[in-house]
Amino acid sequence: MAKDELNTFKLVGTRPDRPDGLDKVTGRARYGADFSLPGMLHAAVVRSPHAHAKIVKIDASKALALDGVKAVVTRADLPTGLTGDEWDLQENTLAGEKALYDGHAVAAVAATSKLLAEEAARLIEVEYEVLPHVIHVDDAMAEGAPVIREGAADPTVPEGLHPNVVKYMEFGRGDVEAGFAEADLVMEKSYKTEATHQGYIEPHACVGQMGSDNKGEMWVCTQGQWFIRKMSAAVLGIEASQLRVTPSEIGGGFGGKTTIFMEPLSLALSKKAGGRPVKIVMTRSEVLRATGPTASASMDVKIGMKTDGTITGARAEFRMQGGAFPGAPVDMALYCAFAGYKLENVQHIGYDVLANRPKCAAYRAPGSPMGAFAVESLVDEMCRELKLDPIEVRIKNGVQTGDRASYGPKFGSIGLKEVLEAVKDHPNLQAELGPNQGRGFAVGYWFNHNGETSVSMAIGEDGTAQVSVGTPDIGGSRASVSLMVAETLGIPYEDVRVNVVETGALGVNEPTHGSRATFATGKAAVEATQGAIKEMCRRAAAEWGIDEEAVEWADGAAQPAGPNAGKFPPMTIKEIAAKMGSTGGPISGHHESVPDGVGASFGAHVVDLEVDPETGRVTILRYLVVQDAGRAIHPSYVEGQYQGGAVQGIGWALNEEYVYDDKGRLANSVFLDYRVPVASDLPMIDTVIVEVPNPGHPFGVRGVGETGITPPLPAIANAIHDAVGVRMTHLPINPPKLLAALKAK
Amino acid sequence: MRYHTPSTYEEASAVAAGASGLTRFLAGGTDVLVQMRAGMVLPDDLIDLKKIPGTSEISRTEDGGWRIGVAVPGIALGAHASLKADWPGVVEGMELVGSTQIQGRATLAGNLCNGSPAADSVPGLVAAGATVEITGPDGSRTVPVEDIPAGPGKTNLAKGELISAILLPARGQNAGDCYLRFIPRTEMDIAVVGAAVSLRLDGDTIAEARVSLGAVAPTVILVPEAADAIIGTTLDDAALSAIEAAAKAAAKPISDKRGTTEFRVEIAGVLAKRAAKIAYARAKGETA
Repeated sequence: MAKDELNTFKLVGTRPDRPDGLDKVTGRARYGADFSLPGMLHAAVVRSPHAHAKIVKIDASKALALDGVKAVVTRADLPTGLTGDEWDLQENTLAGEKALYDGHAVAAVAATSKLLAEEAARLIEVEYEVLPHVIHVDDAMAEGAPVIREGAADPTVPEGLHPNVVKYMEFGRGDVEAGFAEADLVMEKSYKTEATHQGYIEPHACVGQMGSDNKGEMWVCTQGQWFIRKMSAAVLGIEASQLRVTPSEIGGGFGGKTTIFMEPLSLALSKKAGGRPVKIVMTRSEVLRATGPTASASMDVKIGMKTDGTITGARAEFRMQGGAFPGAPVDMALYCAFAGYKLENVQHIGYDVLANRPKCAAYRAPGSPMGAFAVESLVDEMCRELKLDPIEVRIKNGVQTGDRASYGPKFGSIGLKEVLEAVKDHPNLQAELGPNQGRGFAVGYWFNHNGETSVSMAIGEDGTAQVSVGTPDIGGSRASVSLMVAETLGIPYEDVRVNVVETGALGVNEPTHGSRATFATGKAAVEATQGAIKEMCRRAAAEWGIDEEAVEWADGAAQPAGPNAGKFPPMTIKEIAAKMGSTGGPISGHHESVPDGVGASFGAHVVDLEVDPETGRVTILRYLVVQDAGRAIHPSYVEGQYQGGAVQGIGWALNEEYVYDDKGRLANSVFLDYRVPVASDLPMIDTVIVEVPNPGHPFGVRGVGETGITPPLPAIANAIHDAVGVRMTHLPINPPKLLAALKAK
Repeated sequence: MRYHTPSTYEEASAVAAGASGLTRFLAGGTDVLVQMRAGMVLPDDLIDLKKIPGTSEISRTEDGGWRIGVAVPGIALGAHASLKADWPGVVEGMELVGSTQIQGRATLAGNLCNGSPAADSVPGLVAAGATVEITGPDGSRTVPVEDIPAGPGKTNLAKGELISAILLPARGQNAGDCYLRFIPRTEMDIAVVGAAVSLRLDGDTIAEARVSLGAVAPTVILVPEAADAIIGTTLDDAALSAIEAAAKAAAKPISDKRGTTEFRVEIAGVLAKRAAKIAYARAKGETA
């Protein structure tokens, strides 16, 4: 969409090449596994082949007897006494008394070569006593289910529930039963989604080094170097500031690289091996078995609707397992479930449940896709029943700026209505559909996030600018921050270099997560730049001998203003920079805060697809993403986020899932059988960027990374219903499932 | 590990026959090298066949058929216009294996010897009536392709035996073949079910046919009942129903992460029917 008329920016809203682009397309960019150091050792991790087993004995003597094997670590090498989240992280790093899932790390070994480390890992003998296991959430909370950890439940859990239920929540407003009584149609259905993995191309990799003095360094592929630092320090019982963490380039994360998995092991092994650096690179199978996929969900939704489409009451009860630890995003799922609807009567109930699976991590709008699948599927079905236009029903019930959200707070500026109007205008809605073809529509939501943020910027001697940020560049944030800083300074885009720096270089930064980098780092970078501009104005004022308040910054130069306007020629950034050594020293700016003014983002998707009625195979014909970006700083990367979210959602809806065998072992731990979409599966994803500027950001940014994965799940189920008349309530809607449903019709 | 580069098949056979440990022949390497890197197979003797003269050649045989060297990659089959005109089903099966990069290395012989019931190039060869020339300690022999696989990952080749060429019969007139596979995606996947049909027409009537199914049994299977269901017909609706039913009856698949038994049986019928239609159209000279 064209920039609006009020947009007078020179750079914001343009599409220059990304600064990191050449390195990435020529292979020069350094990713996690590209780091190597002299004397470096290689590590391999011994992992449980059982879903649930007591660890009776670990005997590493044969491994340690091999020439070239330098260190073995087990849980006995880690400090004791951790509690809460820190204990969970440590337990997930290395199993203690029990292995809790297939792939759970039990020991790690460092040797002089990767091959030797792998051989040594095979020689480490672990004696297990296999225990009964449980995989699915409804089974895990049923009476008689194996208890994964006694006493893991927090105080929210009412008495009488299974010990695997570790968190319970209930919230809402109004009188939901009265709401249902008021409705002309009340429908209630149950839905399930399976666990999926972020599927980032780059496996986890790190090089860690730590001496006997507990001073450490790490080079690692991560979304957040300070999170790696804090979590590794906690697991190892060292001081956070004594660990310096440098992020590599990152080949995708989607939330899955905001936490630790094997990273502390590199440090523990290094310390035991006399401080030699230790490299750990996961295989794809290790990534799928032992990093953090998302939760699986079992959900009940009940909605009451009047014949005119007004929703009178809504209730959601969601159960999620997020692996053998607390933390399934059931809370987020509930917050987002009805976020698009203005509701007087709404009730939410949630259960966070343990199961013998890997500890879930964040995955792009954690929880929101599951909730949307359940709610948007049911709303679609009710629209069909009442013969109402699904888009008009969303407009009728849709929240607007100032409305109270289903989960409590009042919305600031939001653009749901503008998004829905833009959908109605799109030509894809006029495309004709043939036999076995259908169209599906759904809305999705994500809050977006601010988070701790620290940015420094400095003016170079030649009047260029460097910016130090703490958020790794996953989706083009170097480009967007460069654009915002260049716009603010009034200098060319190419004159700004944005560096993603290590933990020693800035105050604490949260990771690139919560769609926050362009919002929070961008806002902080603009604030920091304003600080440098103020200093440049001060220097110009001093030279001119006028009051510094009488100097303005415009077009890359200090300009005398007010009564002094025109008295002196503008002093350019290059002129100020050239003599900064003699006018007061380096010119820089910095900003630290948890930036306020986060802008939430709504999106709506429309998918056209075709079902092969003889095989149940689904082909996506057309796909439209319309989403509120607030302001697209670099529209290409906004579109890329929209497309990427849609594609991951399509994979989740159609084919991706964690498949377990009867022993609780992951049966599809390679990309051959964990079926993410490939490029030829999809048409070009059409995008429309709606811009309802966020008043909380200097350029109006909302954050766009996550909302896009949310609508595809229900949109596809709705389109399948439209195409062949069956309602699929259990994802993924793979060919065997859909064909069976068609045969049962 | 010992790496051998014999210059004749006889020499390769002698190395394998005399080896005491685990032996692997290396042509394209797209299975062997992957298995080695994954630590699944660590051979003591690796016998590279690519130095043997003629391994990368495709040649017309005296009877009008084709002789395909064991190191001919998929991309070379696809680029060979005459071979593709004769046996489009065989070539399209091979072309479905892996990615563009894999196509530059992967071979028919390797796909066959890997022993996967889901091998994409094998049903087309079986339907075509292809044979393989085997060189072994006792000389060479020629056997039908369908006699090579013994079960998942296994072949009927004896110690010291190796395939020295793939042989396709003369195609002749009024004939066509086709291979179809089912995958939930569009590429980079393994057949959930595969089906190949080769047939010859006498006027509009099918005079000869062979039907083969993949991924519905421990090996790729030849299904004479499915061929019988369409021989003597014009592939009318009744014949299509009959081949569908025969293919379903012959399918004895397992349920696994790639598909359920019920689903595979159903799809075997659908694909056999669809492949027969395409082969029939090709035999009539129609583009399909």
